[in-house]
Amino acid sequence: MASTTTVSKEDKINYLLYIADTALILSHRNSEWCGHAPVLEQDIALTNIALDLLGQARNFYQYAAELIGNNATEDSLAYLRLEHEYKNLLLAEQPNEDWAYTVLRQFYISTFLFYLYQQLQQNEDEQVAAIAAKSIKEVAYHVRWSGEWVIRLGDGTKESNQRMQQALDFLKDYTGEVFIAANYEQAMQIDMATIQKKWEEKVAAVLNEAMLSFSTNNFSHTGGKTGKHTEHLGYILTEMQYLQRTYPNATW
Amino acid sequence: MQETKNNNTSAEELKKAVWDVVKNIPDPEIPVITIEDLGILREVIINDKNEIEVIITPTYSGCPAMDLIGWNIKTELEQNGFKNFRITNVLSPAWTTDWMTETGKQKLKAYGIAPPNKKQIVCDTELFQQDEAVPCPHCDSYNTKLVSRFGSTPCKALYHCNNCNEPFDYFKCH
Repeated sequence: MASTTTVSKEDKINYLLYIADTALILSHRNSEWCGHAPVLEQDIALTNIALDLLGQARNFYQYAAELIGNNATEDSLAYLRLEHEYKNLLLAEQPNEDWAYTVLRQFYISTFLFYLYQQLQQNEDEQVAAIAAKSIKEVAYHVRWSGEWVIRLGDGTKESNQRMQQALDFLKDYTGEVFIAANYEQAMQIDMATIQKKWEEKVAAVLNEAMLSFSTNNFSHTGGKTGKHTEHLGYILTEMQYLQRTYPNATW
Repeated sequence: MQETKNNNTSAEELKKAVWDVVKNIPDPEIPVITIEDLGILREVIINDKNEIEVIITPTYSGCPAMDLIGWNIKTELEQNGFKNFRITNVLSPAWTTDWMTETGKQKLKAYGIAPPNKKQIVCDTELFQQDEAVPCPHCDSYNTKLVSRFGSTPCKALYHCNNCNEPFDYFKCH
C-alpha cells in the first residue's frame, strides 16, 4: 500500500537523533550505577537495561548516520556533537540522586518508549519499524522492572515512601516535555495524544498502587528536544566524550 | 582452491558450502552453542554474480557479541577460501528464542543453563507477573524461584533451585 505521506529527510534525522540521544543519555546515567547499586542482582539489572538502551541508541544512530551521509557514523554522532546538538529529553539527563529517582525516571521513560514503539512498529519507514519491533520486547522488561520498584518503595517503609515521594515531586516538572511535540516530531505523524493517554493511565495506576500522591500540573521544563539543556548534560558529555576529544579517532 | 571457491560451483552448492563453514561458529558468550543453534545465522544469499551475503540478526539490541560474531564469520570464510562476501546485520523480523534449535536447547541444559520455554507474551507491561516455571538444569525440579529477570548477559535471567539449592541461569524466552 503506497503511502502519500512524506517526511522530510531533515525531520527524520532530527527525530532519529531525538530518540537515540534520549536512549543514550539514559543509558549513560544508568551505567553510572555500575558497581554502586544496593545489591548485586539490581546492579546487574540496571547495567543490562543500560546495555539494551545503548543498543537501541546505536540502531537509531546508525540509521541517522546513513541518512546524513558525509562520513557520519554512530560514533561521530555520539562522541563528537556538542551539548546544544543533543536532543534528548531533559528527564533523561537528570542526576541519579538515589535509587528512587533512578527507578522513577526509568519508569517514566520506559513507559513512554513502550507506547511509542507500539506505534513506530507500524511506521512506513521499514528501518524505523524494525528497530521499534526489536526494542519493544526489551522495553517491556524495563517497564516491569522499574514499575515494580516504584511500587515496592512507595508502598514500603516510611523512609522509602518519603524518598519515592521526593523523587516524584522533583521529576514531575520534567514529564510534560515528553508530550510537547517538537516540529520534527509533528512531521513524523505520531499519534501523541494516544501515547500520552496510555502513559498517564499506566503511571496513575502504578503511583496509586505505590501509595504516592501526585497531581497533574500544567507546568513543564522544556528545551531538550531543541538542544536547550539543563546544566547536567554538559557534565555527562564531558565524561562520555573525553576519550574521543582528547585522543581524536582513538580505536582499540 | 582459493580462486575457484566462488566460481566453479553452482549457487546452491556455494550456499550450502558457506552455511556449513559458518554454522559451527560458537556464540562468544555461551561457547557451547553455535550461531546456527541460536538462530543468529539467518540466511546465506548468493546473487547472480556468485557474490555471497551472510545474514545475521542480534539477539538483543545491545548484544556486544555481534561485532565479534561478524568478525569470526569473516575470518572463517577467508580461511576457507571464500571471496566476495559481505555480512549483513538485519533487525527484522526480530529475533526470538523460538528460533533456537532443539540441539541448541539440549546443549544449553548440559552446560547448566536452563533452555528457553516456548515463547510467552513478553511484550506485556503487567507488573508482578507470575514467574515462569523453569525446571532446574541440574536436578530437573520445578521447585525453582526467579531471583532477577536480568542476568550475566542480556539473554539470561537468574534463578535459584529450592530443591538442590543451586543457583542457575535461565535463557529467558524472548
